[in-house]
Amino acid sequence: MIRVRNLVKSFGAFTAVNDVSFDVERGEIFAFLGPNGAGKTTTIKMLTTLLHPTSGAIKLDGLDPQKHQNEARKRFGIVFQDPSLDGDLTAWENMEVHGVLYHVPHRHRRERIEELLKLFELWERRKEQVKKFSGGMKRRLEIARGFLHTPRILFLDEPTLGLDPQSRNQLWNHVKKVNEAEKVTVFLTTHYMDEADRVAHRIGVIDHGRLVAQGTPQQIKDQTNTQSLEEAFLALTGTTIRDESASGADQMRQFARMWSGGRR
Amino acid sequence: MRAIYILWLRELKRYVRSRAQIVASLGQPMLYLLVLGFGLGPVFQRAGNGSYFQFVAPGVIGMTVLFSSIFSGLGLLWDRQFGFLKETLVAPVPRLQIMIGRTLGGATVAIVQGLLVTVVCVIAGFRPHHLMMVPVALLFMILIATVFAALGVAIGSSLQDMQGFQLIMNFLVMPIFFLSGALFPLTGLPKALAAATDIDPLTYGIDGMRASLLGLSHFGAKTDALVLAVIGAILLVIGAHRFSKIEI
Repeated sequence: MIRVRNLVKSFGAFTAVNDVSFDVERGEIFAFLGPNGAGKTTTIKMLTTLLHPTSGAIKLDGLDPQKHQNEARKRFGIVFQDPSLDGDLTAWENMEVHGVLYHVPHRHRRERIEELLKLFELWERRKEQVKKFSGGMKRRLEIARGFLHTPRILFLDEPTLGLDPQSRNQLWNHVKKVNEAEKVTVFLTTHYMDEADRVAHRIGVIDHGRLVAQGTPQQIKDQTNTQSLEEAFLALTGTTIRDESASGADQMRQFARMWSGGRR
Repeated sequence: MRAIYILWLRELKRYVRSRAQIVASLGQPMLYLLVLGFGLGPVFQRAGNGSYFQFVAPGVIGMTVLFSSIFSGLGLLWDRQFGFLKETLVAPVPRLQIMIGRTLGGATVAIVQGLLVTVVCVIAGFRPHHLMMVPVALLFMILIATVFAALGVAIGSSLQDMQGFQLIMNFLVMPIFFLSGALFPLTGLPKALAAATDIDPLTYGIDGMRASLLGLSHFGAKTDALVLAVIGAILLVIGAHRFSKIEI
């Protein structure tokens, strides 16, 4: 479903993604793990047509996202690291706008929105403005929205960041449910190793732009002779802390946190 | 077309729902209108220029449209990182349609805002010289809104962080307003200032507003409309280009 060969992305002299190759099968849940600044988000941006690769090949469901941008876009849904809901609109309206943008026919759109809002336990609150939702509810709505146009692939970029364990648990249960029911391929990133261990069928570990390991959680633990995925991750990527210099986006993120009172 | 419509509708819904913001955004124009309008009135009258309140009202309406439209465009900076815009950038819709939907939405909100201030002006005692000309004033509001919504989009697409926003505010938006002749007549200005006002697009907008509402004009309403239309078209092309280059 996703096929990546020798993918490279350089920003000037800095190489964010360096010769990365992997495959994700149809219906698989693939976790992409790595420390901050390892190249996870950059990879997702390239997979989702937001960035042009410096070199290398990407195929999404057989399509090159650079050449067939709109066709590729119809085939995936994405939940970004930063919120992308419209707080002034209601849950229903957020879904509705998405449906229109993705050309989901009117009748089918209504049915699908109802089905997904019920599945993600948001149906009762559909007429409320999204800014009144908790962080967990917003995330659920974003994921429900990502499924609306029945994509073949769903990208989740750190979807559980800042959520409490209850919300995280519930969120993954929902994602797994849709993954099984509709055979949607899920490509996710997270910093919570226990989540990856529990949810993902296969895992890729990226560090300094290079893919350092890939396989099932068990294979990765075996490779590194460790008991938990967390230990395996540290064995692969080392224990030094990655201090990135703050980019424009990070500064704005801080600003956003200040304004929303710590809540995402 | 559906995409343009739904994005336009979204901007309108947001506007209608943020009542506090609507009231707050009337505050600044009211200050200019009431404090400057009545405060400078006696001096203006003594100089033989008639009622300053009548004179400044079209300027304040133009100012409202300027601020509202340019901020809707600059809001892109925020919207593309933390807002809904990001979601539209990965949708299977040409970027041009997204840009048009958003710009039209921002411009429409700016026009509504301008009309609100017009109503406030009339309540406070402003009288257009001829009711038949009010639709022409609306046309100028539309032109001003389009020019600056497009300028806002062009800049908002290019900015990288919040510091840039401050810079634009102090070195572009405020000068555009102050140099437009919204607050003073354009006749008999020092050469340097006159040159600066001549290259400010808002000057033609305000002049057009005065031409239609007061029957007073420096350049003539036709020239005003033509200049605004040309600048608007150029800025829309630049805005669309910059928007198509957004990477997040």
